[in-house]
Amino acid sequence: MSKIKDKIKKSFLARFVPGLASLIKRGPSGWMVILGIIIVLALVIMTAIGPWVTPYNPVKTNVGPIRAPPSSQFPLGTNHLGQDMLSRTLVGGAIMLQVSALSALVCFIIGVPLGLSSSYIGGFLDSTISLVIDAIYAFPSLVIAIAIAAMLGPGVVNMALSIAVVYIPSYFRIVRSQVLSIKELTYTEAAKAAGARWHTILFRYIFPNVVPSIVVVITVNFADAALTAAGLTFIGLGVTYDIPDWSWDLTNGWKYLSSGAWWIISFPGLMIILLALGFTLIGEGLSELLNPKLQR
Amino acid sequence: MPLLEIDSLAVDYRTSRGAVHALDDVSFSLHKGETLGLAGESGSGKSTLGLSIMRLVPYPGVIVKGQIKIDETDILKLPESEMRSIRAVKVAYIFQDPMTSLNPVKKIGAHFVELIRTHEPRTSEKEAVERAKNVLKNLGLLSERINDYPHQFSGGMRQRIMIGLAIALNPDLVIADEPTTALDVIVQAKTLDLLEDLRKIYGMALIFISHDLSIILERCDKIIVMYAGHMVEYATSPDLHKAPKHPYTQGLLQSIPNIELSDQKLSAIPGSPPNMVNPPKGCPFWPRCPYAMEICPVKVPPLIVSGQNHLVRCFLYGE
Repeated sequence: MSKIKDKIKKSFLARFVPGLASLIKRGPSGWMVILGIIIVLALVIMTAIGPWVTPYNPVKTNVGPIRAPPSSQFPLGTNHLGQDMLSRTLVGGAIMLQVSALSALVCFIIGVPLGLSSSYIGGFLDSTISLVIDAIYAFPSLVIAIAIAAMLGPGVVNMALSIAVVYIPSYFRIVRSQVLSIKELTYTEAAKAAGARWHTILFRYIFPNVVPSIVVVITVNFADAALTAAGLTFIGLGVTYDIPDWSWDLTNGWKYLSSGAWWIISFPGLMIILLALGFTLIGEGLSELLNPKLQR
Repeated sequence: MPLLEIDSLAVDYRTSRGAVHALDDVSFSLHKGETLGLAGESGSGKSTLGLSIMRLVPYPGVIVKGQIKIDETDILKLPESEMRSIRAVKVAYIFQDPMTSLNPVKKIGAHFVELIRTHEPRTSEKEAVERAKNVLKNLGLLSERINDYPHQFSGGMRQRIMIGLAIALNPDLVIADEPTTALDVIVQAKTLDLLEDLRKIYGMALIFISHDLSIILERCDKIIVMYAGHMVEYATSPDLHKAPKHPYTQGLLQSIPNIELSDQKLSAIPGSPPNMVNPPKGCPFWPRCPYAMEICPVKVPPLIVSGQNHLVRCFLYGE
C-alpha cells in the first residue's frame, strides 16, 4: 500500500515540478500559467492557514471601533460592525473557493458526459439535448443563477448547484463541437476499420483528444463561478453574516464608500479580482499551450 | 474459390436532394494473392466501393442491393459483432491521409498493442509489443520508435506505420485507398515498393484505389475503371494498356504523358464529370463520348464480355 503511495507521490512530483519549470521556456503563455498558478495557490494557502494567523476573530463584532481607518492596531481597518478587516480578508475566500470548486466538479460530471454522448450518438437525441442546453445558454447567466439560488435558498451547496446549471452549457457546447470534428477525422474511421468497439473509440480516441479543451474550460469557468458567487452573495442569496466572506464584505461595505470608508470594500474586492485574475491567467495560458497546432 | 466476390452491388447516398447512386451494378471477384486496381476520377465511387467491403460506408450511404462475399460468407448479412472480427483480421484498410490517420495522443506502440489485443485477447502486452517492434523493423523504422507519438514522424513514415497496422494481423486482403496521394513522388515510389514487398511476403491480396492510372497499370494484375458509380471496363493490366476498349479508358490513357514521345500533344477528355445528383440518362459518359450513338442516352449499356477476361460497358462492342 505504502509502496503504491510512494509511487504516486514520486510520479506526481517528478512530473509536476519539472513540468512547471519547463513552462518558463514556453514563452509568454507559459509565464501566464505560472503567474496564475502562483496567485491561486497563494490565495488558497492564505485561506487555508488563515484561521490560525488571524489577529482577531473574523466574525466577532466590536473588536475595535466602528469603521476605523487602517492603523497599526487594525492594518486594514474595521467595518460597520467593528469587525477586523485583516482577519476577514485572510479567511474570507473559503466560501468562494468551495463554491467554485464544487460547481466546476458538478459541471464536469454532468456537462462532459452529456456532450460526449450527445454528439457521438447524434440524431434526434443530440438535437433535443442541444435545444435544451441552448435554451439555458440564451438566458443571461446571472438571472438563471439568481432564480435557482432563490428557489434552493442560501448555502454553499445550493450556490454551487445554481452556478453549475449556468455553466453546464459551456462545458457541453465545447465538448460537443470538439467531438463532432474529431468524429470525422481519419483516425476514428481507421479505428473502426481496425475493428474497434464503440467504447474504445469514444474513450480512447475521442475523449483524450477533448481533454485539453476541457481543462481550459474548467479554469476559465472557475473565474466566472467565483464572480457569480460574489454576485449571488451581493444580492443576499449567498452566506449569512456569521461566515467571513469577501463578497459579503462587498455587499455591506459599499454603502459606506460615500462616507469615505474605502478600506471596507477595497481589500476583499482586491482579493476577488486576484482570484478571478489567477484562474483567467491559467485558462488563457493553457488554451494557448494545449493548442496542438502551436505544440512543437 | 475466390477470396472476395461482389455481385451486383449498389450503394445509394440518401441526401436531402434525393438518392445519389454512388455505385450501381458492380460485380467482380478477387482471388488470394491477386492485385486489383480501381481507377477513376473523384466521385466515381472508388472509395465507396472500398468502404463497402469493410461495411463502413459513411452516413447517409446505404448498401441497397447486392452481395459481398468474403470466403463464401455474405458479410452484408453478418451482425456488427462478427463484422468487427473481419475488419483488420481478414480485410484491412489503409486510408489516404497519413497525417490524420493516427490518434495524436497515443504512442505508435499503443496503436499496435491495442489492435493486436482487440482481436487476439490472449496475447500478453509484452508479446504484442515484441510483435509491434518486429513490424516496425519490417517497415524500415527503428524499433525504439515504438515509444514516439505520431507527430514525431514524417508523412511518409506515418503512411508506412499505417501499412504496418494494416498487415499486423496478417489479413487476406488489404484495401489501400489512395495510399500515396498525400506524399511526394519519391516517397510515393518507396512506399509503394514497401507495400508490394510486404504483400508478397505475407501473400495478401490487394485492392489499390487510385486516380492515377499509370501507377495502377504498373503495379496491379487486374484493373477496374470506374465512371459515375459504374464499372466501365474490367481487364488485365497488359490488355488494358494495349487495347483499351471503353472510350473513357482510351481518353484516360491518352492523357498520360509518354516520356518517349516528347512532341506528342496530350489530349484531355472534354467536359467534366457528371453531377451525381442528376446524372445523364443512359450511359453516364455519353455527353463526353466522341462515339456517342442514338442509343447511348436511352439506356445504360450492359457489361459485355469482349475478349478473354475483358469486360466493357459500351454499345460499341458486342452483338
